[in-house]
Amino acid sequence: MTRLIPHPLVSLALLLLWLLLTRFSLGHLVLGTAIALAAGAAFARLEPATPRIRRIWPLVRLLGIVGLDIIRSNAAVAWLILSGSNARRSGFVEIPLRLKDPSALALLSMILTATPGTAWLEYDPPSGILLLHVFDLKDPEEWMALIRDRYETLLMEAFG
Amino acid sequence: MTVLQGLPLWLALLVALLLVVGSTLTLLGAFGLVRLRSFYDRIHAPTLGTSWGAAAILLASIFTWSWLEGRAVVHELVVGILLMCTTPVTLMLLGRTALHRNRRAGVEGVPRSLKR
Amino acid sequence: MTLDSLPWFAVTYAQIALALAAAFATFRILVGPRAEDRVLGLDTLYVTVMLLFFVTGLRLGTPFLFEAALAIAVVGFVSNVALAKFLMRGEVIE
Repeated sequence: MTRLIPHPLVSLALLLLWLLLTRFSLGHLVLGTAIALAAGAAFARLEPATPRIRRIWPLVRLLGIVGLDIIRSNAAVAWLILSGSNARRSGFVEIPLRLKDPSALALLSMILTATPGTAWLEYDPPSGILLLHVFDLKDPEEWMALIRDRYETLLMEAFG
Repeated sequence: MTVLQGLPLWLALLVALLLVVGSTLTLLGAFGLVRLRSFYDRIHAPTLGTSWGAAAILLASIFTWSWLEGRAVVHELVVGILLMCTTPVTLMLLGRTALHRNRRAGVEGVPRSLKR
Repeated sequence: MTLDSLPWFAVTYAQIALALAAAFATFRILVGPRAEDRVLGLDTLYVTVMLLFFVTGLRLGTPFLFEAALAIAVVGFVSNVALAKFLMRGEVIE
């Protein structure tokens, strides 16, 4: 199982991608499966470690939270750009992260960058410190607490 | 005349709303790109277009084509997922590039390297 | 203006807004002031033009612009990563 399908998630995602881009038929299912398995095997040569997802439920909750947050921060940033107030101050925040798992970190970086208003700049693996740029920085402590309680806890639960 | 005229009224209104919201958000993002003063501020601007700006327009496209062809046309999702995964990579690399170049040039107000 | 012509107005508005957004991004590419700003402008430009392709596809009623938009998305990403990497290290492949 693990030797034949080293990256089941990658293969499954590729198969879904193939079926999305073509019309569903038996021929495409077979062809897509073959390509997905071959690509998964090739990917195993590049990246042997598979991400280990312990629990799926925290990820689903995270998806909902992030979706809401993106809508809210979209509105906030759009308003800030439009009003162009001088009261807004942007700045850098250094946040110590407890997450160590590479896939969890990748997911966190995607969340933070996709949300308008925060930009992931730099991460130092030995010390686990993340350098974040925040568009509307009122209180650095507030951002630290937000990331720790809102995203990091759920990611720790999901990736263990 | 557009294909949108072939839609029932409620769907046409929904698609029109999504198009207006999406393009306005993208426009605001690009406007911010011109207007904001520092590079680190400007790096936030395009995310308006790549998050809900793109999502709204892709949803409008999905709804229209699904109705017209009478089946679920969801291949726009591929572009959406691609954008979701690739924009962070580009922006992160650009942010690190800017930090790196600013530090080398000795610009004031840039945080020092995390490597201690 | 009747309710029937509302979609037409929406599509036209979206096209104009996206074209204007593309113009803003081009301004950032031309003006700079630094190389990172130009790459950021290019990033915005390709996303905007890709969205413009979708809206134009809706207007013309052709589904074939989708492939073009997909190609723009893929090529734009690769080129921007290569550019950013070049700015950081001075070479693309280490």
